[in-house]
Amino acid sequence: MDFFTDYTLRIVALGSGVLGATAGALGSFAVLRRQSLLGDAVSHSALPGIALAFLLTGSKTPLIIMIGAALTGWLATLVVRAIVTRSRVPFDSALGIVLAVFFGLGLVLLTYIQKQPNAAQAGLESYLFGQAAALLRQDVVVMAALGAVALTILTMLWKEFKLLSFDEAFGVSLGFSMSRLDGVLTGLLVVAIVIGLQTVGVVLMSAMIVAPGAAARQWTRRLGPMVVLAAAIGTAAGVGGAVASSVVPRLPTGPTIVMILSVVVAVSLLFAPGRGLVGRWFRLGRLRQAPQLDPVLIHLYALSLHHEDDPGHGHGEAVLRTMSSRDADVPGALAALQSKGLALQLPDGLWAPTELGRREARRALEREGGEGL
Amino acid sequence: MSSPAESYPTALEVEDLTVAYADQPVLWDVDLHVPTGAKMAIVGPNGAGKSTLIKAAMGLVSPVAGEVRVFGRAREAVRGDIAYVPQRSSLEWDFPTDVLDVVTMGTYGQIGWFRRAGAQQRDQALAALATVGMEAYSSRPIAQLSGGQQQRVLLARALVQGAEIYMLDEPFQGVDAPTERAIVDVLDTLADEGKTIIVVHHDLQTVAEYFDHVLLLNVRAIDSGPVDQVFTEENLRLTFGGRVGVLAQSAVNEA
Repeated sequence: MDFFTDYTLRIVALGSGVLGATAGALGSFAVLRRQSLLGDAVSHSALPGIALAFLLTGSKTPLIIMIGAALTGWLATLVVRAIVTRSRVPFDSALGIVLAVFFGLGLVLLTYIQKQPNAAQAGLESYLFGQAAALLRQDVVVMAALGAVALTILTMLWKEFKLLSFDEAFGVSLGFSMSRLDGVLTGLLVVAIVIGLQTVGVVLMSAMIVAPGAAARQWTRRLGPMVVLAAAIGTAAGVGGAVASSVVPRLPTGPTIVMILSVVVAVSLLFAPGRGLVGRWFRLGRLRQAPQLDPVLIHLYALSLHHEDDPGHGHGEAVLRTMSSRDADVPGALAALQSKGLALQLPDGLWAPTELGRREARRALEREGGEGL
Repeated sequence: MSSPAESYPTALEVEDLTVAYADQPVLWDVDLHVPTGAKMAIVGPNGAGKSTLIKAAMGLVSPVAGEVRVFGRAREAVRGDIAYVPQRSSLEWDFPTDVLDVVTMGTYGQIGWFRRAGAQQRDQALAALATVGMEAYSSRPIAQLSGGQQQRVLLARALVQGAEIYMLDEPFQGVDAPTERAIVDVLDTLADEGKTIIVVHHDLQTVAEYFDHVLLLNVRAIDSGPVDQVFTEENLRLTFGGRVGVLAQSAVNEA
């Protein structure tokens, strides 16, 4: 198989890539808002919409199926919101309830459709786990158009979505309608999920939403790079899954994409610099050897108490070293204290606590039970 | 920006405000008048509704009854005139962004929908960071800030708004001494410029030192007004119930 000559593979890879980019970028915000389960609830809730669209129109045209899926997915978010605002049921429980009810209804409708004596119904169940190989050129065109619209809106409302994700109350205080923004962002999430119905299916779609963002979060400390990286991871997994399933016989595309994403997430959680578990483990080891500032400052404060009338009186480093534990890094601690404005090296080389340092020392002593000196 | 502060003597008027969470009243029939240019502390026991009061004044929670007016006008008409500093602990400090970006958020109200922050907003944010002594930290990820630094960043974000009224929710909670000093200095400067400051405060010892007005709140407004008239042992007992021994020392000594 050759990527550049095989038409089917190109279509499938393109569709999966579009899906990965859109879901990754929008999913980043779901991850940051701790609403990862929202994607799960919306995608499962798309199933009754798929079934109803077919029952009402008798058509399996992807566009009609997508519209049905989007409508019940969107309805599910409205029900979740109504439950949360009108009862004491918390957000995650409301998601669980809605997911179960909608998905159950979808399965009932699907079973009903399959019992119909009519050949046209065959294939609807492929929306459960996706069937990327069945993607047609016009499907990918629709997917790409929807993805482009969603990503354009995301770019236009970038700073508003950032505000919504970081500090919603502050956004309200600035005069932005945060509930409307929340509705738009959730709507975009529904669009991303609808894009993935044919490729990945309603069951595994939530992984497309959550995994790229969760992995990208590990590698960067800025929102822009995080969203771009999540989109890139989603695209790579989508294309990778399409290629892998075309090379290996009977390997399904959707589940393969999700498996690739899982590996990326696992590697990111373990090995990302800074936030990775391995790196954190090493840093904790080093932290144990870092100079402790508090003891040296308190010794300096204790010494200054002997000179009530002249608290700026200097004291030698050697004195402090004898007061400190043997392996303490006294010069390092003094330098750190000076850079924080807590201690001062006098022209004669002696050290004295600053006014600030004396107050901090008093506070530290109070924290430790205030037994005094 | 035009300043309604000069023309109207009362910055914030709260009338008959009642707020309830799930049928439980948190604020009951609260009246409050904050004179323009006042530095007011809101003091009361845990669960007294202190944070809820400023949230209701900001329109962040909707009251069961009552009215809030800002410089004599409906709050919606003067939204940009109130800068809000939420409780530090209410935010997700693991969010992937840096200090300058957070402070720049204070300019979003002026920028409006869709448009992005530019060089002018960046300069405003840097100036506000300098005011709180954090200019060296502008590109630092917020996940790496200490509690005191977080609080300064939030204060800088409010300063950028150039508002007439500043509402701060527990700004001194768990911050280091230099930060507390820095915040007090900034609030003093704002007060000198005629701005109105309302602070939810928990340390009774410093009320008289840091503020000139006080509201004693325990679901109901016990009393409010100038510190030297209102911050009395009698009122503190009404607000806090028992434990008067400790409180008596912090009440104003009419010496």
